[in-house]
Amino acid sequence: MKNKYYLKFTGKYLLRVVTLLIAVSVVSFILVSLSPVDPVQQYVGAVPNVSVEQRAKIAEYWGLNDPPVQRFLAWAGSVLHGDFGVSLLYRRPVLDIIAEKFTASLALMMTAWLFSGILGFGTGCAMGMFHGKWPDKILKKLCLVMCSIPTFWIGIVFLMVFSVGLGWFPMGMSVPQGVPAEKVTILQRIHHLILPALTLSFLSFANVALHTREKLVDVLESDYVLFAEARGETKWSVLKRHGFRNILLPAVTMQFGSFSELFGGSVLAENVFSYPGLGAAASAAGMNSDVPLLLGITLFSALFVFAGNMLANIIYGIVDPQIREGYRNE
Amino acid sequence: MNNAVAEKRMSSLEKRKFYRNRRTKTILVAVFIFAALLGVYLSGILLSDDLITADFSQKALKPSLEHPFGTDMLGRDMLVRTLKGLSVSIVVGTVASGVSAVIALIVGAAAATGVSWLDHFINWVIDLVMGIPHTVLLILISFACGKGLKGVLIGVAVTHWTGLARIIRSEVLQIRSQQYIEVSKKLGHSSWWITVHHILPHMVPQFMIGLILMFPHAIMHESSLTFLGFGLSPEQPAIGIILSESMKYLSAGMWWLAFFPGLMLVILVLLFDRLGENLKKLMDPYSAQE
Repeated sequence: MKNKYYLKFTGKYLLRVVTLLIAVSVVSFILVSLSPVDPVQQYVGAVPNVSVEQRAKIAEYWGLNDPPVQRFLAWAGSVLHGDFGVSLLYRRPVLDIIAEKFTASLALMMTAWLFSGILGFGTGCAMGMFHGKWPDKILKKLCLVMCSIPTFWIGIVFLMVFSVGLGWFPMGMSVPQGVPAEKVTILQRIHHLILPALTLSFLSFANVALHTREKLVDVLESDYVLFAEARGETKWSVLKRHGFRNILLPAVTMQFGSFSELFGGSVLAENVFSYPGLGAAASAAGMNSDVPLLLGITLFSALFVFAGNMLANIIYGIVDPQIREGYRNE
Repeated sequence: MNNAVAEKRMSSLEKRKFYRNRRTKTILVAVFIFAALLGVYLSGILLSDDLITADFSQKALKPSLEHPFGTDMLGRDMLVRTLKGLSVSIVVGTVASGVSAVIALIVGAAAATGVSWLDHFINWVIDLVMGIPHTVLLILISFACGKGLKGVLIGVAVTHWTGLARIIRSEVLQIRSQQYIEVSKKLGHSSWWITVHHILPHMVPQFMIGLILMFPHAIMHESSLTFLGFGLSPEQPAIGIILSESMKYLSAGMWWLAFFPGLMLVILVLLFDRLGENLKKLMDPYSAQE
């Protein structure tokens, strides 16, 4: 019985994801087609002596004279076959670039994600426990200010303080310059990863902390906590037995739901630190009118966000007894 | 003599009452913030462009009394550039969040009209907009508009309405289930009439608060997009441009190029945030009693 409901739920969700992905590709294709940038000019670039006939031939070869719907179907058809086209900027298949850049980005995003999740949760708990007292007030003010700081500016400040001023960290990139790829040690990679990851986790850290604080304050003001205190439980045991159980779930869901901001933030953080990841590639593709890469990254980022939301839903369903019951009664 | 003391006490009590009243204080703070923001905007508009013409004799100066924020590599005063940039940000923020809030109001109210397919469709569109990471969507829209100011305005305006639309939808749904709406229906008023006369007035506080609280996001996204090179063109004074320029001189130790403009941006964002919170306290009866 139970499996049937899971199946129904998953099926519905997958259908939604598929329709959304189709819509994302349609919308992004329309947006790209609207651009006043001439793809042929962009492709020819600085190469001199390209005659008008040759340009016309390129346009004909690419099917630029076809109606937009036909062009979209051609593109969507090859995407379904796993062919995202060739990037104009890197002159390599888009899928290869996405795979390569995403591994670099994933290391960065996951570090930042874990960092903001764990530290943010801890700070939020501390704030909730000291609710209304001075540590809470100070931390809350700090978090509110942190929420208002643009990612790229804090990245620049980190660079100024830790790289230029103190010289603790390198000025950017993901590996030291002038060292062959196979000789780069894992320590060097981590050394290059710390500042971008800190920058990226800055914003979501404050969000998670404030959110956790709110939830914990709600829990601590409830009747069952009052009763627990009346039984003589210590603050710590109240937190352990009643606090964590009730606030961990929303925190986990929120953390999985933040994949969109994580990806968006990585575009900025990677640009500040010249970190060769997917975010930097996205803005480079936009700047250099590399349409196939831009479309590929947009689709991929949407998939990434949906994956995060789906994980959140699954985890909620598995862990939270109320929702588990909800499935059964649906 | 006693009288005088009593009078004094009375007046000090009154004074304290005046300051202690949260509503008065909130209004004062809100007015003050509004004046500060207006001041930044006006100073950016009124300061003449002559102040930021290139002057190589004043190149790369550290912050001093004459140039509180220092000067850049072309000898332009950073304070003037920052103020001009902030006023551009305020304009972009105003237009973009205004448009965004109106979209949110229309969409949110439409979703709550009770037409099932419309509600589903709008939720689906919201999921779609939220499904693409913000920055990526902004890059796409800016690319579609051929970069520049237009791209930033459209991009920020069409991406920020989702959150407020959801709030307005649930509010409208709540009001629609009230009895006086039923009565109004039975009295023969059309759905449009009810929306205009009974529902929209209730939306004013949410709309205003949502609008003001959208500002910080709009400004931050505008400057991030400009920083990435998609927004305003390099000749225009914008915080994003100033900061991306400053990246080149970071290793030269010219910290003031990035530090002060960014700090001012953070302060601007915080001020808008505060203004929104204060307005919330004034307009929303629930948070007013907190």
